Amino acid sequence: MESLLTRYRNVSILMAVLFAQVLGLAIQVRRAPTGESNRLIRVWAVAAVTPLEKAITRMQSATGSLWSNYIYLRGVRQQNRDLKYQIENLRLQQVRLSEDANQARRLQALLNFKEQYVAKTVAAQVIGSTGSEHSRAVYIDKGSDDGIKNEMPVITADGVVGKIWQVYDAHTSLVLLINDQSSGVGAILANSRLQGILRGTPSGEVVLEKVLGDEQVLPGETVLTSGGDQIFPKGLPAGVVTSVSRGPDAFLNIRIRPAADLSKLEEVLVITKKEHAATEVTTAQPTRAADILAQRLPSVPDNAAEVTEGPGDEKPAPAPGEANATAKAQAAATQAAGAKAGALPAGGPAGNGSAAAKASQNSSANAVKRISDKPVTSTVKPEHSPPDSTPVEAKPQ
Amino acid sequence: MPISYTSGEQVEVYRFSLPVAILVPLVAIFLQAFLPARLHFFSIFDLPLLVTIFFAVARRSPVAGLLTGAAIGLAQDALTHRPLGLYGIAKTVVGYGASSLGVKLDVENPGARFLVTLFFYVVHEVVYFTVAQGLVGQKLAWSWPHELGSAFANAALAVPLFFLLDRFKQRA
Repeated sequence: MESLLTRYRNVSILMAVLFAQVLGLAIQVRRAPTGESNRLIRVWAVAAVTPLEKAITRMQSATGSLWSNYIYLRGVRQQNRDLKYQIENLRLQQVRLSEDANQARRLQALLNFKEQYVAKTVAAQVIGSTGSEHSRAVYIDKGSDDGIKNEMPVITADGVVGKIWQVYDAHTSLVLLINDQSSGVGAILANSRLQGILRGTPSGEVVLEKVLGDEQVLPGETVLTSGGDQIFPKGLPAGVVTSVSRGPDAFLNIRIRPAADLSKLEEVLVITKKEHAATEVTTAQPTRAADILAQRLPSVPDNAAEVTEGPGDEKPAPAPGEANATAKAQAAATQAAGAKAGALPAGGPAGNGSAAAKASQNSSANAVKRISDKPVTSTVKPEHSPPDSTPVEAKPQ
Repeated sequence: MPISYTSGEQVEVYRFSLPVAILVPLVAIFLQAFLPARLHFFSIFDLPLLVTIFFAVARRSPVAGLLTGAAIGLAQDALTHRPLGLYGIAKTVVGYGASSLGVKLDVENPGARFLVTLFFYVVHEVVYFTVAQGLVGQKLAWSWPHELGSAFANAALAVPLFFLLDRFKQRA
């Protein structure tokens, strides 16, 4: 036996080393896939590589900043003019959109919707990658000292990037990109409101899964986060549909071009705090000149609501009228959701029939029903009523 | 044909100083992690694999080759979010194979180095895919055009890189 081992020494060592690694793999696969079991080895490897990456990245950033801010200023005047023109256009657009947004908020408050807000973000710089085509992830220069924790969403101004996979030390974390095949993001199509799961493929593409084959999805449609994964806030841009084909099973094969350019990531934002809050109607609305006059003129009756509301609103509306108003509110809410891109829960009329979609549809319908059932529920002030006017009450029949 | 058969006595065996043996693989792993974040196309190269092949062929010791491959592979694994051992096993096999081949064949000239790298890149990928799919249950897409393209790219890079690394070789 001994002579056999001596004779086949090399092969024996090869087998022993391979066996040890296979055993190690088997243990890791049985445990959690987050790498907690071999954290020390990973921390050592990361600590050996990332300091140099950070130093080079900072040096590169400083040099780039010096060049672009102080030396290479060609075309800045023209750019300034273009930006000013752009600001003017955006201001005009803002005026239009703010009215829509106010209306959407009022409708959301009416329906008791809870919104998710991105309360706090931390800007981070990408310092390196995993260096493997089989592991699509990048390292960032922010870690536990900056409040970064596992599973936090990572975005850019363009859209979703991925989530924090592992926080290694005070200033280093690993971000799993959405085009890695082990990632998954709850997503919704902006126009058709169909829900699915955004996944990476082995070749690094992004696809939208679990959309039934009998649904109609067109290339060019925007994909947003649905918030169903409990990681990403609702309504963030995730990508655009590039091609749609029928898959081998009952689902569509939908390819997505990610909104953020995942191959050229430099700076990212980590969402460190999200808040769930009921939509509040802003009270700081522009007051009309007529309303100011109404407050000051002595001949104005005390019940201002009666003045500001139309003649039909003076009395509690009859049942058919109220049902009609409720239906209108629901329709307007759905329309506003389309305009506001993902602000409302998915599952509108064109839902794909998934459990989540149905659940949110039911909750939406129930919210409307509650409003019409309760004796006094809504205390939302009319849009243009004076601040001290009596709240409009939705009374039952 | 650039590859010529030589007996064990005819083959030159090289060794490397400790700093070179440690620093060269570390630099390769560092560049592999750093460059693809800036130059996306660089992700098709596998510098740690090229270093594994170079050390294995130069040392011509299967045990040293497989241990070098295992160490480099595990370090590479540690930077990914996948389980440790996928690259480790693949590079162990490559290290053993390349050093065993180095004992039998003269692989010092550029043509031989190109072909050896081409061959072992494919071996590396086959082992990685087999282990990842068979043991870990990962779904990986095997694409011959992509793998062959990467193999040629790595082989082309190996020729000047090995020429550069030849400067660190010391006769045993």
